[in-house]
Amino acid sequence: MSARVFEVFRRERAGAPMQHAGSLVAPDARFAEIYAREQYGRRGESDALWLVPREAVDQVDGFVDEFDLKYRRVDGYSIKERLKEARERAGTTPAHAG
Amino acid sequence: MDTRTAEFLEHVQSGGLVEAGDWMPDEYRARLLKFVEMHANSELMGILPERDWILRAPTLQRKLALTAKIQDEAGHAQLLYRIVEDLGKPREAALDDLVAGRSKFHNVFHYPTRSWGDVGVIAWLVDAAAIISQKALLKCSYAPYARIMRKICWEESFHILHGRDVVLTLVTGTPEQRALVQEALDRWWEPLMMFHGNPIPADEDPMIGWRIKSQANEDARQQFLEGYVPQVWELGLTLPDPKLRRLDDGTWSYTEPDWEKLMAVVSGNGPASEERIAFRRLSRADVDWVARTVLAEAA
Amino acid sequence: MNERARLLLTLADDELILGWRNSEWTGIAPFLEEDVAFSSIAQNEIGHARALYELAARELGTDADALAFDRAPEEYLSAPLVELRRLEWARTIARHWLYETADAIRLESLRGSGDRDVAGIAAKMDREEAYHRIHAEMWVDRLLGSEEGRPRLEEALEELWPYALGVLDEALRPELVRRAEAKFGRPLPVVEPVPRGRHEAELADLLEEMTMVRRSAPPGARW
Repeated sequence: MSARVFEVFRRERAGAPMQHAGSLVAPDARFAEIYAREQYGRRGESDALWLVPREAVDQVDGFVDEFDLKYRRVDGYSIKERLKEARERAGTTPAHAG
Repeated sequence: MDTRTAEFLEHVQSGGLVEAGDWMPDEYRARLLKFVEMHANSELMGILPERDWILRAPTLQRKLALTAKIQDEAGHAQLLYRIVEDLGKPREAALDDLVAGRSKFHNVFHYPTRSWGDVGVIAWLVDAAAIISQKALLKCSYAPYARIMRKICWEESFHILHGRDVVLTLVTGTPEQRALVQEALDRWWEPLMMFHGNPIPADEDPMIGWRIKSQANEDARQQFLEGYVPQVWELGLTLPDPKLRRLDDGTWSYTEPDWEKLMAVVSGNGPASEERIAFRRLSRADVDWVARTVLAEAA
Repeated sequence: MNERARLLLTLADDELILGWRNSEWTGIAPFLEEDVAFSSIAQNEIGHARALYELAARELGTDADALAFDRAPEEYLSAPLVELRRLEWARTIARHWLYETADAIRLESLRGSGDRDVAGIAAKMDREEAYHRIHAEMWVDRLLGSEEGRPRLEEALEELWPYALGVLDEALRPELVRRAEAKFGRPLPVVEPVPRGRHEAELADLLEEMTMVRRSAPPGARW
């Protein structure tokens, strides 16, 4: 088929994010809307849809992380040992003893 | 095997996923494409045995349920052909191959339907057999296919209930209605036993090596027998295999299907294969002008 | 049979027979996306028929399935337009547009009915058929704008126009003429409508197939 490919995003219920659901081919946006309603909404499974011509979608990937920059992530911090030492020094009991 | 392929294999074997634009070994792409294409063809061809019965459905509710079930199958075919297209084979080329008899579809869709009893048995047991395979495919290494399987499994959940409801209604009806089910079962049991394919061991199945499939054929078949034979027997219905029984270790023994027959059927030599393919070819030719008009000429 | 039951059965029979005809496209529509969409239209029509039969059944002391399946062919009140077997896409689209437009006109007048049940069901059907109309409009526009599609659609329109007029009561026909001429951009021939009251030969075959399973068990059997 030489028709256009449309990517379909759906929102499952109010408040949920738009998520990619699949794709369909249609001659134009008018047909695409009808087909998307059917394929992704005939069972009441979607709150809303976005239709995007495939050529309008830019894929971005290949994220680089060569130097393992943990300082700016939660997993870069392990405070358990230091906290234990600090409590011992202060002679205080831990918040959740036993 | 070159390094890149070896890395890819390690990736999928440790649970890694593959997306549409990713590099993949030629063998992976070829096997995957053929597998999804066969699945797409099966959904499309599966419509043909059932569609006549929409017109003949004996109540309005059955007519609606059957129409919705078949609509789902058309929708599944659409989703699957899109995946095939994104893997490199355009839908028209896939359909060309299908109507020329060059590609395969599942054995069960090469058989005729003869009565309303078939409608119940197909919707209940053929869909049950299919759902077992489909659930296993949720773990497919090719992520676009795995995601589609979620939608497919969700939609199929009512098909089996509808089928079982039809069967239960018939077996609690007149003796003739009950006989419709038994007669249909007698014909459909052999194709059902073949449905999951020959018992190739998991470690010899390249499809499992690539994590395209994650369940061995025999495991799927055993799961089907364990789930559904008791449900058939509890209705007082019989199955035409004198060797069919549950062993002490919980596995089922049965008369070994003729695996060569299965290969012949899926390659287009089943009782209804030629007629179905011809029907598909002719109806496609009838509407060919529409696709040309609507899709080729820009608005 | 009183007027109310007659009206309900007329609407129901139109929707049932058209829904049956539209179901003939299942699995063989021009492409798969359209197959899924057209199937919803067929299901809606059968759903409308069911709701209408249920309303009529209360009045007539029977049930919806009995009305849908168990009457003699001459007792059906469907319009000849919906009975024609036209498994060809241009004919199908032409009939689809003509029927939906005629039905819109009919439902508009029924929404104002003093009968609350009739007005209520007409409003529900009208709301659901809004999608059918959008679908029909879209296809007619696309075919009219196409070098290959336009002549096929025009030919279908010529053939089906007298049948379309016969869907409606005389008083409502001028509105159909007005809307069709606006859509197709030209005057339409003044023709003798094909009226209700006689059935196309295809109806007997349709009913035969539609009832073959049901008739294979005694009346009252459950399916």
